[in-house]
Formats: sequence, structure tokens, C-alpha cells
Amino acid sequence: MKLLETVAGLWQKYYYVYLGGLWGTIWLSAVSVAAATVIGTAIALMKLSGVRVLDWITRVYVGILRGTPILLQLYFFWILLPKAVPFELSDTACIIVALIVNASAYVAEVIRAGIQAVDAGQTEAAKSLGMRPRNVMLRVVMPQAVKNILPALGNEYVTMIKQTSLASVFFVEELMTSYKTVQSATFLALPSLIIVGFIYLILITVLTKALDLFERRLQKSERR
Amino acid sequence: MSADSIKLGGKIKPRVLIKVENLNKSFGDLKVLRNISESIHEGEVVSIIGPSGSGKSTFLRCLNLLERPSSGRVIFEDVDISGKKVDIVKHRQKIGMVFQQFNVFPHLTVTENITLAPTLEKNISKADARRRAHELLERVGLLDKKDEYPSRLSGGQKQRLAIVRALAMNPDVILFDEPTSALDPEMVGEVLDVIRSLAESGMTILIVTHEMGFAREVSDRVFFMDGGAIREQGRPEEIFFHARDPRTAEFLSMVL
Repeated sequence: MKLLETVAGLWQKYYYVYLGGLWGTIWLSAVSVAAATVIGTAIALMKLSGVRVLDWITRVYVGILRGTPILLQLYFFWILLPKAVPFELSDTACIIVALIVNASAYVAEVIRAGIQAVDAGQTEAAKSLGMRPRNVMLRVVMPQAVKNILPALGNEYVTMIKQTSLASVFFVEELMTSYKTVQSATFLALPSLIIVGFIYLILITVLTKALDLFERRLQKSERR
Repeated sequence: MSADSIKLGGKIKPRVLIKVENLNKSFGDLKVLRNISESIHEGEVVSIIGPSGSGKSTFLRCLNLLERPSSGRVIFEDVDISGKKVDIVKHRQKIGMVFQQFNVFPHLTVTENITLAPTLEKNISKADARRRAHELLERVGLLDKKDEYPSRLSGGQKQRLAIVRALAMNPDVILFDEPTSALDPEMVGEVLDVIRSLAESGMTILIVTHEMGFAREVSDRVFFMDGGAIREQGRPEEIFFHARDPRTAEFLSMVL
């Protein structure tokens, strides 16, 4: 009971720090989800283009990003980017770029798998009707692939939100960083951790429920 | 009997629509088609029979370049469509194909299935395409399903839809790849009826089939394939009752 009281007290005193952290987590997630989706789609299409060089490049890109720890990648961009660009770059900017690049590899794989899961007979039928490759992809394959892709993409987004917590290593403002801030000001580690954990739990549960609802509506439209 | 001596109804020899020259196809080390040379004439109905794995489907799929031949040529309406520089998309519009697994588009309604390719690739207006689609649906008895999605159709209805989808592009020939093999027995008849009426209307047809009675009845010629080659070909009564090749006779004795 003592712990609960401490937690409540901490929240009353420092709620603005946690809300600031929540806001940071939300916008870091939103920006990296949006950008990673666009870049990931482009990479998936490059991979499926049938052009050997493009396939090779995307293979290396996805291979490296999925084959090394994300924390390593965050350090890599945090060290490299400020040296590589001629202008001033904040830690936050470096970390966002790293998060986007990392997520784009996973998104690309989800989209590629979703497209390839569409029955090959669909492509053959469209080709046999004399449809151009572009129309085969946009009018026959893609509309069917979306139904495979969206649920898997939702899971990917949830993972991405949780991974933004790694930005706390670089003191980029987000939830995990607000834990650290309060903890170092009060020396109360466990209560602060409980508050942050609770906020994450609510955020992700709400999002997961929303995705479930969306998925169910999608399946309903499939059955019409 | 050679292909050149075929006569269809009248005395005039119809023009050659598809000419295959020394066609070979291998998948890795597996030789699937061996040196096939044949001509298909306009208006001809040709059935391709033979044991499974004999290369019948691959042969058919080489004719519209769904499979690229390893060597040899496919000449369609005097153009070598197996050549590298050919715009195969344009030629495929004249070569319809119907698949064993129907391959209707599940995300589109029956009408949209039919109008998709004509509106996108032939610049036909939506209204004209719909009108034509409904005419075709009427012909195969599916007009009442025009706004349904394919998931509501039976196998036989899906296959009839696939046939009119191909017809909507006004092809000069239609390739049927085992069109009734995936159907429940009670639905085979309705699909064969549609193909029969197409044959009677003068459409050029190549059909890979296991329906021997149908092949005998509607075909002008029958190809018997075995081991990747056309072992024997001729008029249905020749193949079915006077086969010269022992493999043909053996195969027919097993299936008839």
C-alpha cells in the first residue's frame, strides 16, 4: 500500500513530465511509422521489380538492418549522421532517422510477403487478358495484398512504438526518458517505472483494440 | 493426316492462326516439351489429351507466353510473339485463356471482373463495357449474378464467368487449360455447354481436357501428347477408334 501511495504522490507532482514523455513517444512513433511505411513500400516494390540490381540492393539493406541490433543502429546513426551532413543535427533528429531506417526494413518485408501471398493464378489471369504489368499490380494484386498486409503491419507498428523507448539512451524526450528524469530527481526508481509502464500499457492496449476492430471490419468486407 | 489438309465445312482452307516451330521447354534439367511443330487454323477446335505430366498445360501456356519457350518459335497471326522485342501484352489481348482454378478476381463483382481489362487496356467506356458484359452474362445464364462477388458463386458459375471475362476482350482464340477438372461432377455439364456453343459459333479453341466424350464430339482435331511431344494427331474418330501409336491406344484403353 505504501508503494501505491508513493506512485500516486509521484504522479501528482511530476505528471507534466510523464505527459511530456507520452507526447514524445506518440510523435516519435507517428513520424517513424508514417515514413517507414512509405520507404518500406518503395523497398518492397524495388525487390519485386525483377530488376536484379535493385533486388540485390534491397537484399543487402534488409539483411543488415534485420541482422544487427536496433540499439547498435541507433548508436551508429547518432555518431555518423552529424559528421555526414554539413548542417547542425540534433540527437532527436539522428534517432528519428535511425528508427525510420530500421522500421523500413521490417515494413518492406511485411509488404513483400503480403504481395507474394496473392495467388499466382491471379497474376496469370490478368496477364492472359492482356493487362499491362502496372495494371496487373495496381488493379489485381495490390487490392488483394492489402488484406494480407494490414494486420501484419499493425503488429509491426506496435513493435515500433515500444522500440521508441530505446531513444531514452540518448535522452530524446519520450516516456522512458521521463522515467529517468523523475528517477534521478527523486531517487524513486520503482514507482516511476510503474507509472511509465502503466502509460505504455494503456497506449498499446488501446491501439491493439483499434487494430483488431479494423481487422474484423476488413474481414467482413471480404465475405460480402 | 497432316494439318494442312484440314478442311472446315467448306472448300476454302482457313488461314493459319498459330504456328509453333520446334518448340522446346525445360525446367532446369527436366525437358517438358520436345521439339513440337504444329499449326492451328482459324475456326479450328483442337483438343489436347494425354496422361498427366505429358506437357499439355505447358504447351498451352507457351502459346500466350505465360511460359517462355526454351527454344523454338510461336507465331501468332504472322508475328513471332516469342521474339524478344515483341509487345506481348498487345498480342495476349487476342489470345484468351481459361484456367483450371478459374482465377476470377475475388475483390471485384461479376460485372467488374469482365469490364476491368477492356476499360483499362482497350479504352472502352465504362458504360459500353458494362453493356457488353451484361450481354455476355445473359448468354451464359449469369445475368442475375451481375452484382455479386465471386465468393457467392458455385464452381461452375465461376468458370462461366472466367469464360465471358476472356470473351470480353474479343480474342481470336481461346485456350482452355483443363476447364472442368476442378469442378464438382454436377457442374461439368454447364461449363462444357458454354464451350460447345463457343465452338459452334466459329471460335478457334484449344482445349486441354480429360473429358474424352466432349473431345470426340466437338473437336476438329485431337492431339495426343506423351513425354513432352505430340505423339499422334488427327480427326477425333481416327484418334479414338483407329489410333496408330501404341501409347495412344494404351492411354485411351485406360480412360475410355
